[in-house]
Amino acid sequence: MELFKKYPKLFQWIFLLIVFFALCFAIDVPETYKFIRGQAEFVKDPNQSTFVFLGKEVRYYAFDVFWRLPPLLGWLPIWINDSLFFLMNEWMPMEFWNEDTQEYKTRPLVLQITRNLTAFMTFLIELIREILLGGLETIVAFTSWDWIDANPWAELPGLPWTIVAAGSAILAYKLGGRGLAIFAGLAMTYISIFGQWKPSMQTLSFILVAAPLSFIFGLSLGIAAFKSKRVEKALYPILLVMQTMPQYAVLVPALVLFGVGDHAAVIITMIVAVPPMILLTLLGLRAVPPEVIEAGRMSGCNNWQLMFKVLIPTARRDILIGVNQVIMVCFSMAVISAFIGAKGLGFNLLLALNQLNIGLALEAGLCISLIAILLDKMSLAWANKQVDYFGNLNFFQRNKNSLFFGLIMIVGIALAYFGSIYFKDGYNYLFEVPHNKGISTAGFWNKGVDWIFDTFFVYIKAFNTWLIVEVLQPMRALYLRMPAIATIVLVVGAGYLIGGTRSALVVCGLTLFIALSPWWDRALVTTYMATFGVIVSCIIGFTVGTLCFQNKHFTKFMLNVCDIFQTFPSFVYLIPVMMLFGITDTSVLIAVIVYATIPATRYTIEGLRSVPSGLHDAATMSGVTKFQRLFKIEFPLAFPHMMLGLNQTIVFALFMVIIGAFIGTEDLGQYILKALSDKKGAGIGLTLGICVAFIGLIFDNLIRTWVDKRKKHLGID
Amino acid sequence: MSEPVIKCESVYKIFGENAKTMLKEANGNVDAKTFQENGCIVGVNNASFEVSKGEMLVVMGLSGSGKSTLLRCISRLTDATGGKIFIEGQDLLNLNNKELIDLRRNKMGMVFQSFALLPHKTVVENIAFPLQIKGINTDKSINKAMDMVKLVGLDGRENYFPRELSGGQQQRVGIARSLAVEPDIWFLDEPFSALDPLIRKEMQDEFLRLQEKLQKTIMFITHDFDEALKLADRIAIMKDGIIEQLDTPANIVLNPATEYVRKFTEEVPREKVLLIADVMDSTTTEDIGDLKVTKDEIIENVAEKILTQEKTVAVIDNNNKIVGSINPTKIINTVFGRRKNNN
Repeated sequence: MELFKKYPKLFQWIFLLIVFFALCFAIDVPETYKFIRGQAEFVKDPNQSTFVFLGKEVRYYAFDVFWRLPPLLGWLPIWINDSLFFLMNEWMPMEFWNEDTQEYKTRPLVLQITRNLTAFMTFLIELIREILLGGLETIVAFTSWDWIDANPWAELPGLPWTIVAAGSAILAYKLGGRGLAIFAGLAMTYISIFGQWKPSMQTLSFILVAAPLSFIFGLSLGIAAFKSKRVEKALYPILLVMQTMPQYAVLVPALVLFGVGDHAAVIITMIVAVPPMILLTLLGLRAVPPEVIEAGRMSGCNNWQLMFKVLIPTARRDILIGVNQVIMVCFSMAVISAFIGAKGLGFNLLLALNQLNIGLALEAGLCISLIAILLDKMSLAWANKQVDYFGNLNFFQRNKNSLFFGLIMIVGIALAYFGSIYFKDGYNYLFEVPHNKGISTAGFWNKGVDWIFDTFFVYIKAFNTWLIVEVLQPMRALYLRMPAIATIVLVVGAGYLIGGTRSALVVCGLTLFIALSPWWDRALVTTYMATFGVIVSCIIGFTVGTLCFQNKHFTKFMLNVCDIFQTFPSFVYLIPVMMLFGITDTSVLIAVIVYATIPATRYTIEGLRSVPSGLHDAATMSGVTKFQRLFKIEFPLAFPHMMLGLNQTIVFALFMVIIGAFIGTEDLGQYILKALSDKKGAGIGLTLGICVAFIGLIFDNLIRTWVDKRKKHLGID
Repeated sequence: MSEPVIKCESVYKIFGENAKTMLKEANGNVDAKTFQENGCIVGVNNASFEVSKGEMLVVMGLSGSGKSTLLRCISRLTDATGGKIFIEGQDLLNLNNKELIDLRRNKMGMVFQSFALLPHKTVVENIAFPLQIKGINTDKSINKAMDMVKLVGLDGRENYFPRELSGGQQQRVGIARSLAVEPDIWFLDEPFSALDPLIRKEMQDEFLRLQEKLQKTIMFITHDFDEALKLADRIAIMKDGIIEQLDTPANIVLNPATEYVRKFTEEVPREKVLLIADVMDSTTTEDIGDLKVTKDEIIENVAEKILTQEKTVAVIDNNNKIVGSINPTKIINTVFGRRKNNN
């Protein structure tokens, strides 16, 4: 009894778990049909009970309602589909002037808007693409095909790769000094020499369109949210969901609205890239010291001047960090958008993976990684760069970079001209190295993969079998024994114990959505894979992080490694695991583990580092050993931050599990992939995406609430 | 006497959702405790005072006493919940946004505790900022700003960024910026609190030098009683949003109005604060010595001379006319007597 009084929370938790397990055992999984019953939705079985709910027939097994609730949300995907269809094809038909046929035509408003948007985006992308690579489309847009036929000289020539490479080196020099410049130059030269120039520039042009647009929208919305509490409140839930929604799932509705291709990808990329920009703008503006704002007001600023002359320049660094985020999201979307037909490196990668040509995939992957690192480092250097005074410099000193670039232009063009004379037999290597004419290492890698398979096949196979039979299958079976009712009780109880009624209600809503969707079992499979990944990642991450923290140099090194790995688009991680483990669940799980270990490690180190040095000294002076200090001082204080790491780990793991569907898993991701190739997939894809986002948000809500409470309790912030 | 530059009539500032209605219901009798129970926090409670042209009013109080809130009401960085504020006869609370901006651009300057400089602008650009906001062109504003740079003694550093300056230098920039538009009214919100003691003293002297030259109307906020005594023409002491006493330094030291004020004055070295005029007898006795002291002299400076006299010393005014007398024992009483810990 005394124990009970001392640790009331502990007993509440034990009670909750007992209830949960009791429910799990009480609600038996019927033997009559197989585990994966997602098909219950589609298979017509006379034993099923049926009723009509919101215009959609709901079918379920009566004995099964506790294990999985009847799919009352089954109408949602269909409703989304129908509304999209209605919007696109029937709503508000209007007369529009058609340029090509020279007559008025009746068209629904939304269709017209999306068409115009599409045309505009296509124009922007083509413009940038043709500046980099050359082409006709931009000039055609202003004239006509007939005009081009009459004037064959009219064509954007494109920049020789030497100029682009040198240009990026100069930009890198301006932003980050000599080291970054050398890296930029080498990376671009590598890309060119190894024949990846064209797809790389396609990807780059995609980013050059998507990133600035996302920046503008994000900044404006961020400012609006800063100015008005109401806007912020309206945006907040959308931002939350977007942050945990797998990027994959957003692609699906884009297909319906904008069709296939780069333009659709750009628009959808903006939807994904704007939320982090909004958040960081808001964060930056909030962090401006109130006295600076007052100083601005007392200087007589009106609202406009206050925003653009005081607030935004003062928040410059945070906003530029936002730009960095935008660029990285755009890049990772540029790769994933290959699924909806965006050209570039991602497309080549997807193609190579589909053909199981690991060598080609590796080459594309390497280029993707190089560009990712380059973009990340350059935008970060920009954010961290401080303004310098240049009033006392003369014209040449002030403009040396632009002048130098001008010089490079002339030299580059001269070189390209020289090349056109020198390389008579077709390919001007000083202008552009064609895709299949560069140095290729694909053969080497493919042989390497074959060798690995030949040599280690037995061991890999044995490991694979062991993992699947001994670990994964039982775990999966366990997870599939979680009835919806029991899970809701567990989650809501946890929410109540951690954050009170409010938290419990939020979590209950999120869980109910998943439980009422037709995919409870799939969601369980997704959760099981994510859980497995998260557990292993956390063990690795916490251990590695703690070990590295013991030495200053290792700490720095490890943080750098995390930085670099984090910049890679998640898709790239699939290449090496497919190389080693082929197409199995194991591959996906290993990719999940590698990917999710990054935040686990990073947050462990950061958490340990955030322990104030004064405390550190105080502990040392009271004579603690290294282990005592670690366990009595550093871990307890760093724990809240490490839990935030867990939160990130879960999100990362979920993302990877979903993308893993590409290799072939049996979870929600698989359905999303299916929806991508389904004409009526938009509703299903979006609903599935929301389901995945909600899984993440349940954990997010619980962990964040706990961390906030704990931090307040410890008095750290 | 001409119109006061700043005039406050029972100004209230109450934070909280239904502050306005609660203030109305309280009917001029605001009690912090009842307000707090209803979720409102009283920042300024019934402040009425006037500041005349060229006068320096120092508002003194500990943190949370409402002194900064009072200043922000008068500069209208926050809107007062009740009462009236007049700036040179203009009703501040009835100004529309444009008039308010005009007022700030031409009449007001403010210095902040944390300097509040713009990190992306150089010293001279920071100082020119209020001028450029007004729409003055770049060359003119930079020229004007350079004059200010010289005024606060930062020449040679005009192209530095704030991050490259020490705290004292940064505050010099803050002061120069607030003076750039040549305001009549100068608000200083704990300008020297973030500085080291030595630098603080230097800056106070510099500040007095500037004020002698410029003769602005000043509201100066501080939590440092010594600083208040050193700088002020008059001091307002605040506690829990209420002005406990508003008077000259000498009167506050000699006649503290409340127990709270008395606690502050206890440890003050009186000889450094009081003038001869504050302690002299206005009657002249027969038995007067040869020594004469001016009535505006601080006691500390003449105490030694007076104490070595046996006779009563005559006090004269600026026109060399005898206006009173002072006895050596009076000096001893003033300096050592009437203190609690001496009894």
